[in-house]
Amino acid sequence: MEFDLSKPQKLLREAARATLSQNCPLTRVRERMASQDFHDKSLWQLIADQGWVGLHLDENLGGLGLGLVELAVVAEEMGRACLPCPFLATTWAASLLAEVAHADSASTLSFMADGSLTASVALMDPDSDWDVESVQTHLSPTPAGWQLSGHKSMVLDAAEVDTLLCVVRKGNEIAVVSVSTRASGVKCTQTRVLDATRRLYDVRFDAVAISTKDIIAVGDQAISAIEYSTRVATLVACAEMLGGMQWIRETTLDYAKTRKQFDRTIGSYQAVQHQCADMLLMTESARAATYYAAWALSVNAPDSNKSVAIAKAYCSDAGREVAHRGVQVHGGIGFTWEHDLHLFLKRIKVNEFLFGDASWQREQIAKLILL
Amino acid sequence: MDLTLNAEELHFRDTLRGWLQANVPPPWTVPLKSEESKRAHLEYLRDWQRTMFDGGWAGVSWPKEHGGRGITIIQQSIFQEELALAGAPQQLGVIGEGLVGPTIIAVGTEAQKQQFLKPLLKGEHIWCQGFSEPNAGSDLAALNTRAVLDGDHYVVNGQKIWTSFGHVANWCLLVVRTDASVAKHKGLTCLLVDMASQGVAVRPLKMLTGDSEFNEMFFTDVRVPVANVLGKVNEGWGVALTALGNERANLGTGLYMMFKRDCDALIAKAATIRRNGKPITDDPLVRQKLAQAHLDLEVFRLNSLRTLSGMNNTHAPGPEGSILKLYWSEMNQRNAQIAIEVLGLSGQSWDFDEGRWAFNYLRSRGNTIEAGTSEIQRNILAQRVLGLPRSY
Repeated sequence: MEFDLSKPQKLLREAARATLSQNCPLTRVRERMASQDFHDKSLWQLIADQGWVGLHLDENLGGLGLGLVELAVVAEEMGRACLPCPFLATTWAASLLAEVAHADSASTLSFMADGSLTASVALMDPDSDWDVESVQTHLSPTPAGWQLSGHKSMVLDAAEVDTLLCVVRKGNEIAVVSVSTRASGVKCTQTRVLDATRRLYDVRFDAVAISTKDIIAVGDQAISAIEYSTRVATLVACAEMLGGMQWIRETTLDYAKTRKQFDRTIGSYQAVQHQCADMLLMTESARAATYYAAWALSVNAPDSNKSVAIAKAYCSDAGREVAHRGVQVHGGIGFTWEHDLHLFLKRIKVNEFLFGDASWQREQIAKLILL
Repeated sequence: MDLTLNAEELHFRDTLRGWLQANVPPPWTVPLKSEESKRAHLEYLRDWQRTMFDGGWAGVSWPKEHGGRGITIIQQSIFQEELALAGAPQQLGVIGEGLVGPTIIAVGTEAQKQQFLKPLLKGEHIWCQGFSEPNAGSDLAALNTRAVLDGDHYVVNGQKIWTSFGHVANWCLLVVRTDASVAKHKGLTCLLVDMASQGVAVRPLKMLTGDSEFNEMFFTDVRVPVANVLGKVNEGWGVALTALGNERANLGTGLYMMFKRDCDALIAKAATIRRNGKPITDDPLVRQKLAQAHLDLEVFRLNSLRTLSGMNNTHAPGPEGSILKLYWSEMNQRNAQIAIEVLGLSGQSWDFDEGRWAFNYLRSRGNTIEAGTSEIQRNILAQRVLGLPRSY
């Protein structure tokens, strides 16, 4: 039994940290926040060139054939860098596509892996939650095929990506349809969320024509592909939060060691020391929960579904708490726009709710443990 | 990263599991009310220790030359897990095996190893640990029990408190002050004390639960042979830290199994209760609380596994053990509270479930005090892991 990362996994982490600290400093993140043209295409190409997009997919699908632990390693470093790219959305969509045996999947996935195609998943209706079965948006038959009219909310990076995998009902069955974001009748309106380094959209579909070949999965196959890929995306969100927690914890500790009040570093006071100790406990516990879930899902362990819910519930609560303590220990400077802390606080805040907050995850756990 | 057991670990588990199936005695069922039942229970536990010794399963973590199996830390975790799964009796020699024995192996003389190690594993010697005093709790080095050299004996006077197993132990690892003229950490010595010595008195200490799990010990002119000094005179602080390091590192898996029994029992109990005509497990608030208890426990398990795996690589308990201590103690308090909330007003009653949840709630309040308070654990993390300055 070995809980620690293997040597190649540690090398991957070092490589990811080096690449991102060199190419994605927080000054660059702030430039993107202020920019209309949000998606940083050259940064995205660099990430694709490293093989990180679809790194967990089989090599015949354009991936690197690595596992979910490696995916978590890279996602943690992206969280630490507050990366302003549609990695979470594209990983979610790629994982969904890889689960369905569709004629175009392999070629689409290879375009995603090489950076030339980005995608996202449009799951939630305005009045549904993260449960697939709550989706009601309908696909209607037309003489030429099908058409989609309806409304999806909180779609990750919708206007930044090329393709949306939209979860709908086809008759009584759940289905996934592939829609170009440039198709006639698709309108993306930004929903301004706390995290300005990531964009979410309201997407309206007005009689968008869907051909039969764009229906990529139907029924049980669609449900299991959506559920599995959402777990992978949930894992990426956990790892991102973990990276953010790690950045906040280290930055706060550095500050506690240098900031002086009453002629002593504030880190010499136990009240501050205990905040730092709690941040360490929460970050390391989030690490144990996240990497265990990555491993469990990668080997399809009996508790894999529960382990992802546990990781997300824990990271959602602990991530928020670490961010709050970080601001508190920094004092006034931590409350300014100028300090980078709020970028991480906000990234964590949105991740807290994406794919279900701690309460939603606890209900998923309850379903598994209360018979 | 690979959490599956390797071939050697699987072999160890299966061998142990087979042995336990054949050897674990039926569970003890007599309530421990009378002195007679307590004595009989002690013999039951002593018999189990002897059975473990005869089967070669006592002191499994010790080196082979000292009667152990030299197993890895991960195998130790498997060992604790299997004992719990098999419903094996509590280990009577837990302080001797986990704390005193390894310290004797590390710093004891050849004669001490000969004299103490085998009787300890056989359950003939039951050990307790004389560390804390009324005025030396978190600040252990401030302890005041004195030992003065008189010929080839030390003469010990003083009081110890919070001694687990003090009422059944026949030997004690005692920390005493042998030099009051130097800095407090520098004048301490560890002694191996026969509890049958003249001048030793033990009084059970009643806890706020109403039970007596700990004791006070009084030493009045107790004579201890010089040959029973463990380690060097005036170097007892280092010896005590060696012992305590083993204490923090050893607990994880056994504790997890104990808390898991409680958590599973709570969920099972909750499933039998109806309120306002509906099962309470249909109540969203109850579901949230039970799921939170379960996930909190699971995060503790994963923290334990990660710490074990790290120790398996470094072969030493590190200060990260303080994360585990903090986590389990505060988690058990949260979960003991959840249990009585879920079960309602009857949950805190001594007449409900034989007072199990009432006891757990009260007992959990001690968790953040015993084996190093949460405040001390946070100091250790801040100062020894995060590198912040020493602070008061």
